[in-house]
Amino acid sequence: MDQTTLTSLSKSPTGIRGLDEITYGGFPQGRPTLVCGGAGCGKTLLGMEFLIRGILDYAEAGVFVTFEESPGELARNFTSLGVDLNVLVNDKKLALEHVQVERSEIEETGEYNLEGLFIRLANAIDSVGARRLVLDTIEALFSALPNEFILRSELRRLFRWLKDHGVTAVITGERGEKTLTRYGLEEYVADCVIVLDHRLTDQIATRRLRIVKYRGSIHGADEYPFLIDEHGISVLPVTSLHLRHTVSTERISSGVARLDAMLGGEGYYRGSSILVSGTAGTGKTSLAASFAHAACARGERCLYMAYEESEPQVVRNMRSIGVDLQPWIDGDLLKIVAARASAYGLELHLATIHNAITQCHPRVVVIDPISSLMSVGSYLEVSAMLTRLVDHLKTQQITAFLTSLTHFGGTLEATDIHMSSLIDTWLGLYSVESSGERNRLLYLLKSRGMAHSNQVREFLITDQGIELRDVYLGTHGVLTGTARMVQEADDTAQVLVRKQDIQRRRRELERKREAVEARIIAVRAEHAAEVAEAEALIAEEERREAKLDAERADRAAVRGVDAPKGGQS
Amino acid sequence: MNAQENGAPEAGSDVQFWELRLYVAGQTPHCVKAIANLKRIAEEHMQGRYRIEVIDLLINPRLAGDDQILAIPTLVRRLPAPMRRIIGDLSDTERVLVGLNLVSRSAAPGQGLKALS
Repeated sequence: MDQTTLTSLSKSPTGIRGLDEITYGGFPQGRPTLVCGGAGCGKTLLGMEFLIRGILDYAEAGVFVTFEESPGELARNFTSLGVDLNVLVNDKKLALEHVQVERSEIEETGEYNLEGLFIRLANAIDSVGARRLVLDTIEALFSALPNEFILRSELRRLFRWLKDHGVTAVITGERGEKTLTRYGLEEYVADCVIVLDHRLTDQIATRRLRIVKYRGSIHGADEYPFLIDEHGISVLPVTSLHLRHTVSTERISSGVARLDAMLGGEGYYRGSSILVSGTAGTGKTSLAASFAHAACARGERCLYMAYEESEPQVVRNMRSIGVDLQPWIDGDLLKIVAARASAYGLELHLATIHNAITQCHPRVVVIDPISSLMSVGSYLEVSAMLTRLVDHLKTQQITAFLTSLTHFGGTLEATDIHMSSLIDTWLGLYSVESSGERNRLLYLLKSRGMAHSNQVREFLITDQGIELRDVYLGTHGVLTGTARMVQEADDTAQVLVRKQDIQRRRRELERKREAVEARIIAVRAEHAAEVAEAEALIAEEERREAKLDAERADRAAVRGVDAPKGGQS
Repeated sequence: MNAQENGAPEAGSDVQFWELRLYVAGQTPHCVKAIANLKRIAEEHMQGRYRIEVIDLLINPRLAGDDQILAIPTLVRRLPAPMRRIIGDLSDTERVLVGLNLVSRSAAPGQGLKALS
């Protein structure tokens, strides 16, 4: 052993969520890793989960050597985590070796070594072909064996022996007062040391994990919160350190047509982060629910974290504005997770969200509201947590929709200023009071990467959902609500009056035209009558003339014809 | 290489009897020494009233777990009850005798060894 190889250290993935990320691949393969921490901080669980994940996910059998709990107790404890150790044992995937030590039974009478332990380990390893091994916790030997000198040299031999056997080992150790472990195990296990911590801040317990040392490998250096739930351990890595997430140009609807229009006509970017800030009762939840509703309608899964209302309450309230979420819940598209913000610590909240995301694979996550989390931690902690969360969501191309309650008095921008850098699209909601009523207004503080409207819109919550209306900018400022309606009515009336006026003029013109035409017809008729009369007279005169001529000729004939030609006397 | 050695046929029930098991791992110096020491002590102090079983864990590794053996060599006193473990090469005769219930713990060291009946 101890050969120096130029190849990079090979690693055994732990399969524990988040832990492989901060160790960049897992524990050093074929080497021991020390996991230390106080009582009840999750050492045994971490060790056991390392084995179980190895068996289930990486086809590596394991040996669990317990110095404290009996195999029966262990099996019982892990049943509550949904793992039946007995099945694994029967399948020859897991060997449980219980090393019982009681000092009172032991009399020391000279030189000895711990070959018995070695034989048992070798036997257990061979029985299942183990590649992984956990010693939990070998420190029990210190209280059992009086000769510390022998024990220490045997421990040194043990860790060398483990390396020679090529098993990836996890050694747990109780935290000491000044040293990492009470008996200085870190002296022997030098490759990788992980410290678990379980502390109370403001009566809220948080578990944290830190990699103190990882020889030959880069690793995350921070304290990472971790969570123990019914699925085992999950560590929450800070992925925000690198801003490398891919971005999408895909746009998704906000669920409000008019708002989409304000957002460059197409809505939010997929995978972006959206914050809605507003004072109480300005419609943040309604906006969030509309967005969730639209996502589900597109067939996308949506996770809704509700910190103020229970699931039935959200559903009922949103139904009253025409947004029915129940079908989506029934159709397994929408998952509402309701919890009181003060129910547990910030890290646990973050972990809960993480777990919910892992289980439900949403494309859209709504957190309503983030401001209730402020009651759990300090500003700095909350914004650190949200940074982690938003970053986590972005790397997975999940669109984050956050709402934030701002307090009366302060401006929106001031209240949420620490959030701004995280947020791609920021909507502001506020209400204005005028002429005895409160009306809601919506505007866009910013929206990265798109041409967006600079207009303030009136925000109406109707039983058909959310509507946005133009506001009137009059001499007395913006007009909303009744004032806007009065203004609108005024406008409508004026338009009507103008229309009527035009019509009246048109009618008058028409009438005049008709009068002129009538007159023309009359004159023509008169003229025709006159012409006819004149012609009749002329004809009469001509007839009479002809008749006179005839009579004259007759008379001449009667009187004799001596009359000279020409006139008569 | 498990060996049984009987001192003598079983005596009467009122007489104390020792049933001992010595766990070794091969022929290491510790083990060889322990076997020799045990034989000597048994002959000196329990003649005719003991049974010794030597178990080599290299041959029967499973017994190490079954009997909760850590240290090698380990001598287990199965009788008289209660069961007791004596670890080491048994070179500290005084402590071996204490462990075997042959002298009481209160007997001060250096005052000589006294067999109990």
